[in-house]
Amino acid sequence: MAAKRKTPVRTRNPDLIRGVGKYSRSKMYHKRGLWAIKAKNGGVFPRHDPKPKPPAAAEKAPKFYPADDVKKPLLNKRKPKPTKLRASITPGTVLILLAGRFMGKRVVFLKQLASGLLLVTGPFKINGVPLRRVNQSYVIATSTKVDISGVNIEKFDDKYFAKAVEKKKKKGEGEFFEAEKEDKKKLPEDKKEDQKAVDASLIKSIEGVPDLKAYLAARFSLKSGMKPHELVF
Amino acid sequence: MPFKRYVEIGRVALVNYGKDYGKLVVIVDVVDQNRALIDAPDMVRGQMNFKRLTLTDITIDIPRIPKKKTLIEAMEKADVKNKWENSSWGRKLIVQKRRASLNDFDRFKLMLAKIKRSGVIRQELAKLKKENAS
Repeated sequence: MAAKRKTPVRTRNPDLIRGVGKYSRSKMYHKRGLWAIKAKNGGVFPRHDPKPKPPAAAEKAPKFYPADDVKKPLLNKRKPKPTKLRASITPGTVLILLAGRFMGKRVVFLKQLASGLLLVTGPFKINGVPLRRVNQSYVIATSTKVDISGVNIEKFDDKYFAKAVEKKKKKGEGEFFEAEKEDKKKLPEDKKEDQKAVDASLIKSIEGVPDLKAYLAARFSLKSGMKPHELVF
Repeated sequence: MPFKRYVEIGRVALVNYGKDYGKLVVIVDVVDQNRALIDAPDMVRGQMNFKRLTLTDITIDIPRIPKKKTLIEAMEKADVKNKWENSSWGRKLIVQKRRASLNDFDRFKLMLAKIKRSGVIRQELAKLKKENAS
């Protein structure tokens, strides 16, 4: 490849309008100085012979090739964008969960994780919802906000919530006939400590607002006469 | 049986259909059998079918098609805003609007307040029943 120029080339042929240049082909020939290059080289364009390439190693026929020609799928270079967070969801918003084990629970939003999921907590003492990830689509954002300034949530990310990897044990014959004793999976102590740390200042700010604690403890449900499309959340 | 509210110049009406739904307007002229020229302090004067209007009890004293300034003065003099907001119809509309704009948290607090109120009422009732029985 030729050496790169220090300044990028600006065209010598400005556009009158898109698709129409100011100068004709013969004028451009003159402007680019192709006549001077030819003159320097004795009336013809200089021709550079291709550089001698080292001889390529002789390729052997492959040992194995498939019977049918199979088409390879096209290359996909798409990079998904990070999930856009709804404008109504800001740190400290009370959300209503719509699906899953905690359906109907009102919960405090902490932050959006890198995977796009929302980090959320009950707080655990109030309604039994632990630090948990939740999808934005399964959530109604209310306009009630809780003061979240005293909470440190820097350390929580998607890796924190990954399943703990278990070592697989090879079973011997005798063990097949024994009843498999599985311990009930216990929640590690440090996760409990994390929950308590996050909830401590949250609960203080929640108790500052009258009735907010009872509100978060109660579940949401649609009653007779409530029309979701007319309700203001 | 006879009509009590008449279409007249100066009659205040409530718009019940269309872009200006819920607004109080004043009939300033009658165009023909079906349409009136209406005006309000915050809108451009225009025509509207009578079917879109519901007449109220309030009238104001204006000449036919008054200037905006005159209209506003007349409405101030007759105190239309306060008369409307203190009338039972006006109060009902205000309550409906307030109920529709309640937050989820507000609805929860409302439920607690209703339970508390009915609890107090039931206690009183129980007390009175006991007095009556004895």
